Amino acid sequence: MATMRLSSLLGQRRNGQGRPLHWTDVAAYVYLAFGVVLMFGPVLWLVLSSFKTQSALLEFPPSLLPFAQVEVTVPDQPQKLPLFRVTLPDGTTRELAQIRRVGLMAQMVDPADPSQQFRVAIDKRGPVRRIALATENYSEPLQRFAFLRFLSNSVFVTVVATLITLLINSMASYGLAIYQFPGKQAATLAVIGTLMIPMTIILVPVYLVVTELGLTNSLWAVILPGAATPTGVFLLRQYMLTLPKDLIEAARMDKASEWQIYWRIVMPLTLPALAVLAIFSIMWRWNEFLWPLAVLTKTEVYTLQIALNAFQGELQTQWHYLLAMTVVTLIPVALVFVFLQRFITTGIGSTGMK
Amino acid sequence: MPDIPSAIRPERGIAIGAFSRLGQSAVLPVGVALRLLDPPMRWIQRMIGARQMAYVFLLPNFVFFGLFVFLPIGINIVFSVTGGTALFPSQRPYVGGDQFAYLFDCGSYLDPASCREDHFWRGVANTAKFIVFQVTAMVLISLVTALVLNMKIRGRGFFRAVYFFPVLLSPVVVALIWKWILQRDGLLNAAITTLGGQKILFFVDPSWAMFWAVFVSVWAHMGFYTLILLAGLQAIPADLYEAAEMDATPRWRVLIRITLPLLWPNMIVVIVLALIKGAQTFDEVFVLTGGGPGTATLMVVQYIYETAFSSQVQNFGLAAAASVVLGVVLFVLTLLQFAAARRKEV
Repeated sequence: MATMRLSSLLGQRRNGQGRPLHWTDVAAYVYLAFGVVLMFGPVLWLVLSSFKTQSALLEFPPSLLPFAQVEVTVPDQPQKLPLFRVTLPDGTTRELAQIRRVGLMAQMVDPADPSQQFRVAIDKRGPVRRIALATENYSEPLQRFAFLRFLSNSVFVTVVATLITLLINSMASYGLAIYQFPGKQAATLAVIGTLMIPMTIILVPVYLVVTELGLTNSLWAVILPGAATPTGVFLLRQYMLTLPKDLIEAARMDKASEWQIYWRIVMPLTLPALAVLAIFSIMWRWNEFLWPLAVLTKTEVYTLQIALNAFQGELQTQWHYLLAMTVVTLIPVALVFVFLQRFITTGIGSTGMK
Repeated sequence: MPDIPSAIRPERGIAIGAFSRLGQSAVLPVGVALRLLDPPMRWIQRMIGARQMAYVFLLPNFVFFGLFVFLPIGINIVFSVTGGTALFPSQRPYVGGDQFAYLFDCGSYLDPASCREDHFWRGVANTAKFIVFQVTAMVLISLVTALVLNMKIRGRGFFRAVYFFPVLLSPVVVALIWKWILQRDGLLNAAITTLGGQKILFFVDPSWAMFWAVFVSVWAHMGFYTLILLAGLQAIPADLYEAAEMDATPRWRVLIRITLPLLWPNMIVVIVLALIKGAQTFDEVFVLTGGGPGTATLMVVQYIYETAFSSQVQNFGLAAAASVVLGVVLFVLTLLQFAAARRKEV
């Protein structure tokens, strides 16, 4: 009965009309469920791991959730002591705190009654563990590394580059969409041409240009080279072409200057397309890697991505910091995904670019 | 290209809030700048006339294009025919085709070890290998996923978003996520030992390193290609399917006779795009394996980057020559892409 209802529910069409469940439908759901695990699982594992203590991360096999050994304060003891569950010689089990360990024996104390001390063989005790979030993984890098600096570098690059991109791309697309002028075709072709030249093949000469402009090891070296994007020009031009020409003619009649028509009339009407470009630009800039890697050599100008890459070489043994920093790098992207995923997918769907 | 208005209808209240706030905060400084530019622009218009204002609007963008795209293409060619270690072109002695001759000096092109610049050829061989596996896997998996997502299933929007999610992640984050899972004491080795196997050192074995480079890259980008194919599938007229249903045509026949032939133009676009991206593979693989073990996953772009920026002798000429070679390959692929896109429109 229940399976019947489930199958009719799953097999239902969007318009609610019932239909028997074909084996391909079942296969589709199995495939999609597998996909959810494969796509979200690794990210979830990263987040869970980032809350584990350094010692918990070294465990093998790893536990699923972040556990940490419980530590207790015992009167007369200067430090917090780790808590163990101990099997005593008489067969009873008690929770005892370990004062020190000498060879194969541990000196332990009952936290409830500090006068009672025990000598226990270390194989007779196991740690008492509770779920605990090691938030120090997040707070310590803030002090130990210039983590805030990298974060603010990334934010600066992303924000400033996006603003410049929005401004110059919208101006260019306005010029291409609204006017008829000699050389218009050549200009459009030039934009298409730049689509074909990825950064990967002009790495060296762009480095020369940036050096000649005196921008090496400044964030502007990351911001400027990618500020004019052919994708953005196309996206906005396509949108501006759909705006009614009468509107612009009417504004000209009213003695509006060309610049006023651009920013007072056309820009507000283009806001939806500008928003799509802004989201794209934010994603590009936040995630950019090869060019900043080439041009930024001083630690104080590192963006988050470059810093993460540098750390994964240096901090091989300090995964607890590395994982937490990776999560922080991921957060803005996750927010964009949750709130604006629809805009991005439609943007890609309508331009075939990313 | 279809127009964008369909992209602008926010469907949930919370999205509208975030969206408009993002929009406002982004637009505000731009708005101020635009207002400040009003008087000078009016003056320029009076000087040159309204018709010529088009050039003023195009100018900034094209200054950027010129400085950071067109000029560099020229310099790249100059670099590739000059030698020495200087960065400024006029200080570099002309060497003609020597850089290319050096790059192509091989006993046999099938054996990178016989080449003078063996790292370049290892990069070429690795990139070729990577492309063959990655593009095949990418196209097949994206196709299956797009077909499944195009079925009449519940929660399609959710599932589509799930597959798309990794596309937004930065290559560094993607590589670190998988490095953490694949490391010696990582999740995967835990699963293997629980099932009674031996731990595998994935980044010490060349074949495994290449496998995971391909796997991670497919994992990260398949959502993008799935989306393009899904758009193609949804553009297939529904009445074709209705006619097939009326004739009680079996599903596999509908797939082979209707869906796949009509999807073929999109498939070509996806294949060529994947080839273009594959030839430029760098970041995920670089962070994941560092090109290793040895040179087992060294790609052409990593060779260019390291030759120019990170080796002891910064050999800009050789790196530029290698970029010119890569550029020619990409140019040919891009022409293919335009041809495919044109065929799609017809």
